[in-house]
Amino acid sequence: MANEHEAANMAHDAGAAAAEAAGHAAESAGMPQLDFSTFGNQIFWLVVTLVVIYWVLSRIALPRIASVLADRQGAISGDLAAAEELKAKAKDAEAAYDKALADARAEAQKIAGEARAEIQAELDAATAKADAEISARAAESEARIGEIRAGAVEAAEVVAKDAAAEIVAALGGKADAKALAAAVSERLKG
Amino acid sequence: MSEAQGEGLVFHPMDQFIVKPLFGDGAVHWYTPTNAALWMAVSVVAIILLLVIGTRGRAVVPSRIQSVAELAYGFIHKMVEDVAGKDGLKFFPYIFTLFLFIVFSNFLGLLPKAFTPTSHIAVTAVLAMLVFVTVTVVGFVKNGAGFLSLFWVSSAPLPLRPVLALIEVISYFVRPVSHSIRLAGNMMAGHAVIKVFAAFAPLILMSGIGIAVTPLSILAITAMYGLEMLVAFIQAYVFTILTCVYLKDALHPHH
Repeated sequence: MANEHEAANMAHDAGAAAAEAAGHAAESAGMPQLDFSTFGNQIFWLVVTLVVIYWVLSRIALPRIASVLADRQGAISGDLAAAEELKAKAKDAEAAYDKALADARAEAQKIAGEARAEIQAELDAATAKADAEISARAAESEARIGEIRAGAVEAAEVVAKDAAAEIVAALGGKADAKALAAAVSERLKG
Repeated sequence: MSEAQGEGLVFHPMDQFIVKPLFGDGAVHWYTPTNAALWMAVSVVAIILLLVIGTRGRAVVPSRIQSVAELAYGFIHKMVEDVAGKDGLKFFPYIFTLFLFIVFSNFLGLLPKAFTPTSHIAVTAVLAMLVFVTVTVVGFVKNGAGFLSLFWVSSAPLPLRPVLALIEVISYFVRPVSHSIRLAGNMMAGHAVIKVFAAFAPLILMSGIGIAVTPLSILAITAMYGLEMLVAFIQAYVFTILTCVYLKDALHPHH
């Protein structure tokens, strides 16, 4: 860089070619931007640069980035759709579960009701049977009591006849058994 | 540059912009590999590294470099679509080329000892003229003579329209000038200011006042460098979005 500057000064001193002198004068005096001798060079390299960048971008970089972005967009929307689908499935499953639960509850209710009815019926039947038995027993007992009562009456008649015969004998009479029995029966009826 | 050769401070803030051959001291011909050519090539290499090597994986879940490349792509793609409309997307590779070249030149030019191609009016004028010519040709090809309605402000009162048309035509032709000088001027000014502060930095080696001046100038260089980072991006952004605006005028000239 120092060399360049010295070269510029030397060129200045030596009074070299007019254009070069003007160029270097512009360099040392003010703005190198206005040194027109470098314009061709800059414009040439700029055009080369822009063409290269444009070529690289339009052939390689931009299609690649665009496809990556499209892939990502596709992946994201695909994932979102899948998530939506899974959510719907989960909702369906929940509904099915709820329905199964309600069914089971209804079933349980029904079975309980049936069991209750069955038990009630059994109970009723047992009660009826028991009632019937009780009344049968009661009737039987009544019959027995009647029998016993009849038996007692008969026994009392026999005892009365015997007692009457004993009494008659004790009193010294001789009682006809047949007449005695008739008299006792007469008295008991009376 | 030949700084402070014993005789005190030497200011050469503009020497950094000198275009010189890479090899030898000869004249600068149009084909000579110069420092300008070198730094343009560095930009190209950086762009290839970012956008081609960086996206080599084509990963659905991107690496860091790939996400930067995608970010740049999305940034300019959205800008073109928003400003110039869907039919402007045909020009997306072209606009992206301009943006990448400018943004990489601007940032690489901030490296110490680097050369900034975009600080030269020769470069920015070519960029601006490319845009101007493209936009004008596209305007006439797409709309025929209807493109001239760009200059005929139909929403203005009729007597005013010829005056406005004159102003519109002048402003249309001034576009490439402002477009190019804005970029080159910003780049040049920032670099020159940093260089001026840099010239003050070695004062501490020469005089007592340097104790105050040297830290201040170093601080100023740092601050300017930060500002220049911002400017480097903003100027690339401005150049690109103005290109999109001009393109929109060409595609849809009716106000």
